[in-house]
Amino acid sequence: MVESRPLAAVSTTSVDGTRRLAAALADLIRPGDLIVLCGDLGAGKTAFTQGLGAALGVEVPITSPTFTLANRYPGALTVHHLDVYRLVHIDEVADLGLHELVDDASVTVVEWGDAIAGALPGGFLEVRLLLGDRPDDRQVEFRTVGTEWADREPAVLAVASRATGE
Amino acid sequence: MAEVILGIETSCDETAAAVVAAGREVRSSVVSSQVDRHARFGGVVPEVASRAHVELIVPVVAESMVAAGAEGSDLDGVAATAGPGLIGSLLVGVSAAKALALVWDIPFVAVNHLEAHLYAALLEDPELEMPLVVLLVSGGHTLLVVMEDHGRYRLLGSTLDDAAGEAFDKVSRYLGLGYPGGPAIDELAALGDRTAYRYPRPLVQENPSTMADDRRFAFSFSGLKTAVVNHVRSDPDALTADVAASFQEAAVEVLATKLRWALESTGAPGACLGGGVAANSRLRERFGEVCDGAGVQGFLPSREMCTDNAAMVAAAGYWRLRHDGPSPLNSGADPNLGLGFLV
Repeated sequence: MVESRPLAAVSTTSVDGTRRLAAALADLIRPGDLIVLCGDLGAGKTAFTQGLGAALGVEVPITSPTFTLANRYPGALTVHHLDVYRLVHIDEVADLGLHELVDDASVTVVEWGDAIAGALPGGFLEVRLLLGDRPDDRQVEFRTVGTEWADREPAVLAVASRATGE
Repeated sequence: MAEVILGIETSCDETAAAVVAAGREVRSSVVSSQVDRHARFGGVVPEVASRAHVELIVPVVAESMVAAGAEGSDLDGVAATAGPGLIGSLLVGVSAAKALALVWDIPFVAVNHLEAHLYAALLEDPELEMPLVVLLVSGGHTLLVVMEDHGRYRLLGSTLDDAAGEAFDKVSRYLGLGYPGGPAIDELAALGDRTAYRYPRPLVQENPSTMADDRRFAFSFSGLKTAVVNHVRSDPDALTADVAASFQEAAVEVLATKLRWALESTGAPGACLGGGVAANSRLRERFGEVCDGAGVQGFLPSREMCTDNAAMVAAAGYWRLRHDGPSPLNSGADPNLGLGFLV
């Protein structure tokens, strides 16, 4: 599948760099937001969620949700951390109760969510993490889908350009 | 007095029921695995799991009762795993246990899946001396626990990101070896050279005393998984058997090293392994070496007891019932239930 050109792309050179980028993005988060993480295995999807969660006031360690499928972390906003890596059929997504999770008091992060884009309950920010040439290099691409994030495109661009300037 | 407990386990992909007397005498233990159903999907699919649990729970419980020669009137309680695990799957076992408790008018007791794993070793060797250092490694969990007495646990550390078994599953899928990843990698690794590639050993430094307490016993397998992916990308001609063996060696070395540190730090007289990854042949080998080196009694449960089963749930339920009494019938299931609440 050919990916559309991203709104913005940032290179990071360490796991902490990926976490810092996610933390910078936390300023743009609104209650009810949906963020889709996708890209290569081992590129830092859980690390990105860790950075975002910490910036949103989650105090407990955020770990991989692959086994439990859905983790919930209380913070300034509740962070729902989902993983659809093991789901194959689109109708199984219904069992995660995504529509019920996405509400005005939380932000929902879905790892491997590009596979179920059609079943997501609204627009979202897509964050695609790709492995780079050197072992710790990552390319992080942002795309907005739907109206929810359209007015925040300039803000996403600003976060990306600040991160690039670091 | 032989208190007889029916145990029910449905936290992940096994539907299991067992009848255990006095917390240690296994009268029956039935495990119906769904691995074949999940293999074609490359992992545990929750909806497949919960539907299969619904289909299997009644015949599996019935078989465990018949095999034990028991009727409802012989039982003194029903125990079920209430977490951690897949919520839809947990609810099947918890609901069945509550219904049986009501029908037979006996107590229901909710059991923590992690606590049940700690009891697996005690079921096979009731003379195990406590405190006991337990290394619990599975697809969903990686933790080091000191079991000081019945119901008294101290969590030394757990994984900061992926569970060890999850790393085996994801590396296996990346290498095209299928699911479950543990046995697939174990098998192929036997044909490879475990010294072929030096993958990182996350959170293992030469001198543990220089590490902060919260990192010394913590695990991290996400970076190891990424290192394997990076290596295979840059060296596509690498022999898959060598990659599998080198990955397994790195993962096992981390587990064995942290176990050794835990034994040194606690001075516990014994150690045991639990969880599905405890079936890994290289880990079993290294576990024996670490225990011998530390001069402690090492106990390796049988593969049946390492993996999910209901006998360990019945045993844990027996001790819970004695110490804390029954659980309320309105208690639920918690997919993220930690061991911490027990301490």
